[in-house]
Order: sequence, then structure tokens, then C-alpha cells
Amino acid sequence: MPDPWSLYSEKVMEHFKNPRNVGEIENPDGVGYVGNPVCGDIMELYIKVDNGIIADAKFKTFGCGAAIATSSMVTEMVKGKRIEEALKISNKAVAEALDGLPPVKMHCSVLAEEALKSAIKDYLEHQKLKKQT
Amino acid sequence: MRRIYLDHAATTPTRPEVVKAMLPHFTDAFGNASSIYSYGQEARGAVEEARAKVAELIGARSEEIIFTSGGTEADNYALEGVAYANERKGDHIITTSIEHHAVIEVCKFLEKRGFRINYLPVDKYGLVDPDDVKKAITDKTILISVMHANNEVGTIEPVEEIGKIAREAGVCFHTDAVQTLGHIPVNVDKLKVDLLAISAHKFYGPKGVGALYVRKGTRLVSFMHGGEQEKRRRAGTENVPAIVGLGKAVELAGQEMGKEAERLAYLRDKLIKGLGEKIDHIRLNGHPTRRLPNNVNVSVDFVEGESLLLNLDLEGICASTGSACSSAILEPSHVLLALGLPPEQAHGSLRFTMGRENTEADVERVLKVLPGIVAKLRAMSPLLKTKK
Repeated sequence: MPDPWSLYSEKVMEHFKNPRNVGEIENPDGVGYVGNPVCGDIMELYIKVDNGIIADAKFKTFGCGAAIATSSMVTEMVKGKRIEEALKISNKAVAEALDGLPPVKMHCSVLAEEALKSAIKDYLEHQKLKKQT
Repeated sequence: MRRIYLDHAATTPTRPEVVKAMLPHFTDAFGNASSIYSYGQEARGAVEEARAKVAELIGARSEEIIFTSGGTEADNYALEGVAYANERKGDHIITTSIEHHAVIEVCKFLEKRGFRINYLPVDKYGLVDPDDVKKAITDKTILISVMHANNEVGTIEPVEEIGKIAREAGVCFHTDAVQTLGHIPVNVDKLKVDLLAISAHKFYGPKGVGALYVRKGTRLVSFMHGGEQEKRRRAGTENVPAIVGLGKAVELAGQEMGKEAERLAYLRDKLIKGLGEKIDHIRLNGHPTRRLPNNVNVSVDFVEGESLLLNLDLEGICASTGSACSSAILEPSHVLLALGLPPEQAHGSLRFTMGRENTEADVERVLKVLPGIVAKLRAMSPLLKTKK
């Protein structure tokens, strides 16, 4: 039975204990780097894109349990998605996929969304440069 | 899985002897200590006995002890009580940047009311320089407040030297002794303090009760209005069972703390040494020797404190961190920042505070599981790579 007084949902704890997609991608197509040491959360998100589809995603995170779990979840959610679809993933969707986050931890899901958007932006800028040259 | 509790600076379990002493005062001896019939006088007797025990342990007189609802109230009362009693005399208060929130937040409140506050810096070990206190005193200074030992990093402050300076300048001196009473010797004359705050649940007494020592002649405005209790300074029916519990906890601490402090200091040093040997890029926060016998506070580079705590909790180990990932403001511990730690090291802090139930086996268990936890978190840390 879930403990109603525990800080995190079972799903958050599951992703915290066994985070998916930890690491870096060699020669990634996009990298997002968000957060800062003052607030205690830093996320690095790597994507590999194949024909407009996110073929692989990996992350490295310095942060609390929620930061690690949201990083893990967002990389799971984007894999196999088209870039346009991936851009629509909101922080709320990440939090919901984890069966919710405590209110004080919602900023972690925001960070996960930002990390993803920043990685996609990085990818799109590279694409633009490629076309120009 | 046996749980290993290593957060005694947060709170301690109430000792069975303490609970036993308290129990009759809920039922058979339930009287109001202000009533003149026998029930009331039994309660009065129990309260005064507890008062005498507290006074004895700190070298004070019974009439100088005021019972409160805990350390926070005692600190609030001391600061506000002195500030408002001396408004005509001056408006300047000296404190430090590493005080407990029960002092810092009162100072901020008083600042909004027109008082001027000096928050003195500390060195890298968390020590306040008595010379800084001396230099900060002006003819408008009405109060100095410096904690006896810091609750996060365990550094024991030079309160005796500061007390001497305060007394020479004729300024009232308060110390928050919540972390020291019952653990190391506390004597109000030796420390030369006029006000001293204590809390029962930090030394195996019940929660919700504490005391403020007020040196005879110290001017304070009343904190609570509505009755004659505690010489009208703190109105409200006495919490007799809790006060009796405080008295019992004080009595037991007085008998046992010397030996217990020695035992804990051994465990503390074993843990500090072991952590340094088994984990690289780890540093001790606080003073290496002037430190509470049960406090170990370290910063583990490249990882964040809450994820360390959660992993330790999964192993049945309860500890604490100065990372404020769970608070709304997201700023790490003001104490660690005052010691000069960069934010990422403050976020990577871990505090173990040991107590009566802990043994060498508990220390060994921490040393066995923590290196693996750190390695796991470092493997996913973006900070480690950038430092390569």
C-alpha cells in the first residue's frame, strides 16, 4: 500500500531508484543544458535525431529525487516522437506521467521541459546552419 | 531492516524514564499548578522541582528559569523581550550570520520595526571572532546574541570570550544553547550570559517544552499576557507533564553526559575518518576540533544532498542535508554559505548527528553503503564531467 505521507509517489521513487537513459550520447544532434548550482538542479539532456524522429535521448542530472525522476521520465517520453510532438511535451505531462509531484517540486518538471526544449532548439539551429552551408 | 537514526540534532526519542516521570501528571496528578488545593499544590511542587533541576544544571537560581513551549519560543522571547524593554536606550542588536532561524527571523522582524541588526560573519570553520563583536558595539547596542554551538555544522562558538566583552560593555548577552544543553557543560556564569535558551526534545525530553534562563536584573517585556504564571512573564497554564519531563531529562543528562559525550566523540571521529578514506572529493564542514561530540557534517562534491538522503533512507539510514531542494526558496543552508561554501557544495552537504542508541555498527553501516550511493549519483552528475 502506498504511504500517504511519503514525499514522492511510488513512480517517482521507481525512476529515482532505477533511472532510465542515464549518460551521454556521442556525437549528439542536440544538447540541452539548464539549471544552475544556486538552486541545486542542473540537467543535461542529449538527443539523437533520425529523419525528424528522436531516436535516442540520454541525461545527466545533479539534483534532488524529483530532478532525477523527471529527467528519467522526459527521456522516456520523447523517444520515438517526432520533433514537433516532442516540443508539445509540457512539464505538467511529465509530472502526471510520474503520478504527480509535491508542489515544491514542480519546478523540477519545469526544468525537465526546459532541458528538452533547449536540446531541440540546439538541434534545430544545427539543422539551419547545415542548410545555409 | 533495522532503521538507523542519525538525526539527533533534529530531535531525539523521549527516554522511557522521562515518559514514566511524566505519565502521572496527565491523570492522577492532573491539577492546575495555580490552584490552592492539594491537586494544585502537587502540580506546583512538580513544576518547581523541575525548575530547580534546570537551574542546578546550568548554575542558575530557580527564579531565573522561565518555562516555554520550546527553544524557538525561548529565543523569540529573549530577543523581543530585550528589544522592546530597551527601546528608549538603543536600537542596535549584534548577532551572527549562522544563527538558527529562531534567532535570525526574529532579528529580521525587529529590523522591520526599526531596529538595526549586525549579522557578523564567521570564518571557514563557522567561528565568530570575538573582536568583531567588540568592534560592532556602539552606545546604542542593547543586545548581543551568539549561539553556543551551531546546529548544522556543530561548531562551538567562543561564547565565554564574547560574554566577557558584553559584560565589560554593559550589553545584555543571549545565547541559544539548544544544541549544547544536555550534551556538553553549560554554565551561565562561566559563559557570562544573561539569557540562555534550551529545548527538551534535543536531549531525550518531550517536544513542546523548553526554558529561558533570565539573569536576575535583566529587563524583558512580558511575552504572553493573561495570567500570573512564570512571574507574569509567560502567562498560560503550565504544561506540567512536559515540564516534569524536561526536569527528568535534565537530571539524566547531568548524570550521564560526560561519559556519553566521550563515547559519541569516538563514533564521530571514526565516521569522519572513514568517510574521508572511502570517498574522494569529500570535505568536513565546521571546525575539526571545536565541535559538538555527535556532529558530522560533510560536503560530497558533484552530488546533491536530497538524493543522498533518499538513497540513505532506502537503506534505512536517517540523516539530514543543508540542501534546500525541498524548500520553496531553493537556497541552500545560510550556515554553509556563511562558511564560504559555493552553492553546489552546500547542496551536497550531509549531516549525521549521533545519539544514545547509536553504536559502532551504525557507523560501519554508513561507511559500507554511502560510497556506493555516491558513486551511483556521481555517474549521473553533469558536474563531475565538467571538472575532469
